[in-house]
Amino acid sequence: MKILTGNDLKTGAVVWWNGENWSAHVDDAVDVGEHGEEIMAREEALRRVNVPYIISAERTADGVRPAHIKDRVRALGPTVRPDLTLKPRDAQSLDWVI
Amino acid sequence: MYRYDDYDQHMVDTRVEEFRDQARRRIEGSLTEDQFKPLRLMNGLYLQLHAYMLRVAIPYGTLNSRQMTALGDIADRYDRGYGHFTTRQNIQYNWIKLEDAADILSDLSQVEMHAIQTSGNCIRNISSDHFAGAAHDEIVDPRPYAELLRQWSSFHPEFTYLPRKFKIAVIASEKDRAAMRLHDIGIRILRGENGDLGARFYVGGGMGRTPMIAPMIRDFVPLDQLVTYAEACLRVYNRHGRRDNKYKARIKILVHELGAEEYTRQVEEEFAHLLEVGVEPPFAELERIRGFFTDPPFEDGPRTVDRSDPDFALWVDRNTHRHKHDSYVSAVISLKPVGGIPGDATGEQMRILAKLAKRFSFDEARVTHTQNVVLPHVRIADLHDLWTELDAADLAAPNLDTIEDIIACPGLDYCSLANARSIPLAQRISRRFDASGKTRRLGELKLKISGCINACGHHHAGHIGILGVDRKGVENYQLSLGGSEAEDVSLAKITGPGFTEDGVIEAVDKVTDVYLEHRTGEERFIDTYRRVGMGVFKEALYD
Repeated sequence: MKILTGNDLKTGAVVWWNGENWSAHVDDAVDVGEHGEEIMAREEALRRVNVPYIISAERTADGVRPAHIKDRVRALGPTVRPDLTLKPRDAQSLDWVI
Repeated sequence: MYRYDDYDQHMVDTRVEEFRDQARRRIEGSLTEDQFKPLRLMNGLYLQLHAYMLRVAIPYGTLNSRQMTALGDIADRYDRGYGHFTTRQNIQYNWIKLEDAADILSDLSQVEMHAIQTSGNCIRNISSDHFAGAAHDEIVDPRPYAELLRQWSSFHPEFTYLPRKFKIAVIASEKDRAAMRLHDIGIRILRGENGDLGARFYVGGGMGRTPMIAPMIRDFVPLDQLVTYAEACLRVYNRHGRRDNKYKARIKILVHELGAEEYTRQVEEEFAHLLEVGVEPPFAELERIRGFFTDPPFEDGPRTVDRSDPDFALWVDRNTHRHKHDSYVSAVISLKPVGGIPGDATGEQMRILAKLAKRFSFDEARVTHTQNVVLPHVRIADLHDLWTELDAADLAAPNLDTIEDIIACPGLDYCSLANARSIPLAQRISRRFDASGKTRRLGELKLKISGCINACGHHHAGHIGILGVDRKGVENYQLSLGGSEAEDVSLAKITGPGFTEDGVIEAVDKVTDVYLEHRTGEERFIDTYRRVGMGVFKEALYD
């Protein structure tokens, strides 16, 4: 699947396109198919996202998993600071990233 | 230390308000990201992997307690309670909001700090010896010259859009504690034949994807021509540096392609021209700056410590450096606790460091390119009290220059350029060597880890270097041996095929075993490597 990610303009936080808005949770990401460029242009013009881009991902039993490790680190947070990740206290979170 | 005059303060304050307006216009939509990006970068604001990142300059690594306190407060007020001291004597905040950025710059301005020229193709923060003004072996305090160059390079209209970023280091001793020859320009202040002070120029060094050691291009420049010679070096680079290819745009490539001799010839020609034009600031300005770097009122006192506490004695042996006054030492505070993140300090730790600097070191602290903090002027009589306070704050790791004192870039955990994570390797290696008790037996061993070819972790200059690469979407690590950033500068050589994360940690362990097997007497790792060569290490790693 193709999903959209970027950063919130004001906060810089990593966000994912959920079909209507931008979510902090990668699990909310939806497959944009061939519409990625069109959505990005519209949303960037509205300043609802900053520097968006399209990535490959797959939907697994554990949720949406970006194909590349860099985007998995973006989705979760720094692997060395579990207290700052989106899935704190999740013993499996590191396995999910790597 | 240098204090802003009205002109400095006005310049920084004006820049803050200018940026406040730019950020407002970006948020309101009258600036696009393409328009805004170069403006925010000029103020040290990057968009990194998780959020905006702000890089704040710490000129030649020198801070007073008020500034260190402000850095800690910024970490707590605007970030997530910590900051990261970098390998170029800067601090980075990883979780900055664009809407807060101008307020942070304003807070910094209140304590005479800024983030200007910490990004972009301009002259970056001038770095120096972290023991400057305190070291027993220096000719003179190099910081007044670094400050003069800082003032010259700040907002220099001709050098705002160089072909690529430009880094300068200034030292004033034979010992190189600033990786001087791995900078675009490395300057060593020294005495000439007649006893006068002058500057030796090395140009064209650097790490990154094409590491090079800077050749010396001028043995001695009189100090009243220092800025003029630097200007000549920059002018030739600005004129001929490659702007068509980012990867060939650093001055090291120009010096390499022209040849050091031809580059020097052009610099000398430009220098002669500039001497006629007269661009050197008045010598009185250097004298004015020097006035900010006078010695604090040192007092005679005890020259030895009570070594009955073995933990304290170990810390003294490992983490203090000889001072020019016999009753003082420079104390290095390791930001590398076992299993910790190299260079990270919490807001609270920064405030503690500030208090300790005020109480024990004439209100002065230094940030090192090795991601530690120095209190430059500590009375030997106060060392035990200092160590007790540090120990209570988990800041007394006795591991300076050991395999646990690892330099590591933020890597893929934070950096959008990185290909692999650096920090977890540093954590695992420090835990492993601490647990095995091998660290002390190994003595001086500098391990440096970068998460990509840009080499912010200085892996080319590590006795042992590790470079993280992306191998079909999986982290892989190249091991290299034999680098040094000190006065015996050398570039590390890759051992062979890369390793997995687990594999490279095993490999580091094997390399240290080979060292222990082959070393003679107290020989350092780097000296054993240079004597026995790569062969025995490769044999142990790959056979």
